[in-house]
Amino acid sequence: MPIKVESLSHIYMRDTVFEHRAIDKIGFEIGDGDFVGLIGHTGSGKSTLIQHLNGLLKPSEGRILIDGDELHSKSVAMKTIRQKVGLVFQYPEYQLFEETVFKDVAYGPQNLGLPEPEVQRRVEDAIRMVGLDYDSIKDISPFELSGGQKRRVAIAGVLAMEPKVLILDEPTAGLDPKGRDDILKEIKLLHSKRNITILLVSHSMEDIAKLVDRVIVMSKGKIVFYDTPRKIFTEMETLEKIGLGVPQVTQLSRELRSRGLDIGSCINVEEAKNEIMKLLRGSI
Amino acid sequence: MTEMVITQNLHHAYTGHGHTTLALDGVDIHVQKGEFVAVLGHNGSGKSTLAKHLNALLLPSGGKVFIKGMDTQDEKETWRIRQTAGMVFQNPDNQIVATIVEEDVAFGPENLGIPPQDIRRRVDQALETVEMSEYSKHSPHLLSGGQKQRIAIAGIIAMRPECIILDEPTALLDPSGRKEVMNTILKLNKEEGITIILITHYMDEAIHADRIYVMQKGQIYMEGKPKDVFKEVEKIKQIGLDVPQVTELCHQLRKEGINLPPDILSVEEMVVALCRLK
Repeated sequence: MPIKVESLSHIYMRDTVFEHRAIDKIGFEIGDGDFVGLIGHTGSGKSTLIQHLNGLLKPSEGRILIDGDELHSKSVAMKTIRQKVGLVFQYPEYQLFEETVFKDVAYGPQNLGLPEPEVQRRVEDAIRMVGLDYDSIKDISPFELSGGQKRRVAIAGVLAMEPKVLILDEPTAGLDPKGRDDILKEIKLLHSKRNITILLVSHSMEDIAKLVDRVIVMSKGKIVFYDTPRKIFTEMETLEKIGLGVPQVTQLSRELRSRGLDIGSCINVEEAKNEIMKLLRGSI
Repeated sequence: MTEMVITQNLHHAYTGHGHTTLALDGVDIHVQKGEFVAVLGHNGSGKSTLAKHLNALLLPSGGKVFIKGMDTQDEKETWRIRQTAGMVFQNPDNQIVATIVEEDVAFGPENLGIPPQDIRRRVDQALETVEMSEYSKHSPHLLSGGQKQRIAIAGIIAMRPECIILDEPTALLDPSGRKEVMNTILKLNKEEGITIILITHYMDEAIHADRIYVMQKGQIYMEGKPKDVFKEVEKIKQIGLDVPQVTELCHQLRKEGINLPPDILSVEEMVVALCRLK
């Protein structure tokens, strides 16, 4: 489902001494089925932006179109937008509240007033999609699960709404490397299998490089870049200036090039290995 | 007495819901005064449980913990232990108690019954150490995550502990916040001589330590200098942890028969090593 943002601005505490322009006239489009990363320093406006995309915040200026429908226009019900656009907050496990995993995941679909068999199907489906075993987990209290499992259950709660667009705000924050890799793998799978449009907010350039087709880089309420990870990583100086880094191997390939070695720009370990092997074989 | 922390055959069991989980299963560690030690491990490996034993927030189910020679099970020593070993937690929002930065930093020393003029001096110095002096009159909730975490650290420093235990202090921060906090930690260790025990799952933070303990299933899985620990790439990956990207790259190149040293941790080291081959 395509998203279009047109000269969007958001001003917090307008007309007070604390007035702050968190988003400043930004515009971009995300195509149907795209997998886009959103990266930026704390305070760059990322969270403010994503809260606009399912109508939690109202633009101070500009407009947002989801699948051609303008948010906050009279003809579009917020409820339908929130069904279409699922938002997974940071630390979504803090929002778990029910007695069992099943009840927690079922909460959203039940509130949509869906018939019970449909709720059942969606819950089963969502729990499986996040890589958990439905039968063994459905009757457990979500509070007895590990951190990684809790987070998956919380994500399943959003997936059970069967959104067409999924926005995830740092879904791996605070997880250990294995928990992080597992969740990212499932998100990738979700994208390829269901063709959901995904917007992934992350601090990690390594994760972004591995997963997304295109990246939006924000700084001080503006979009600095919107391009493929490979293109963006060539702008190392600008990225560093706005408080972001590039993956270690990208730094390495750049450093080697500056010393006169003939090596292409790499964005992951695999590429770096191949480039260096090529280089060394050539010289021996 | 140069041993700041000693644990001997430390066990800890959590009981609840009819089952018992053994979170620590015979842990022996020792940390010298002035040392910077990192404890690595994935979620559930027991590292936070270990941390909580080091200032008597948890008491052993079996074995012993000594902080500067004081037994944590001796209740008469609890307050002296907590003054010696201060603790910083993951989430700065849960640690800040006051509505003004300097009042928050003063909270600890006030509770120690320090005279007001000394508190003033301690608070000013602590804020200076974490480079937050200019924010002393600000409200903490308007600060960034990295700034808030530095305020939490200042609150601990103002109590003048000899040892600070930090339990994943950067896990919730963005890259620049992480850098700020790491620089503060290094400064406390190198310039103030404070013993540091850093619990983390970020390898790039652990490489700054003098020594690393890697935990797995409540036990010490590996111990050594960062270079010696990280060159065991397979062993580390086996338990679901990461090594820095260049270390991984180096490992893969070595498997292809490229003659590189096994203990590369930084981009600079890799550049030098590769240029030598060319």
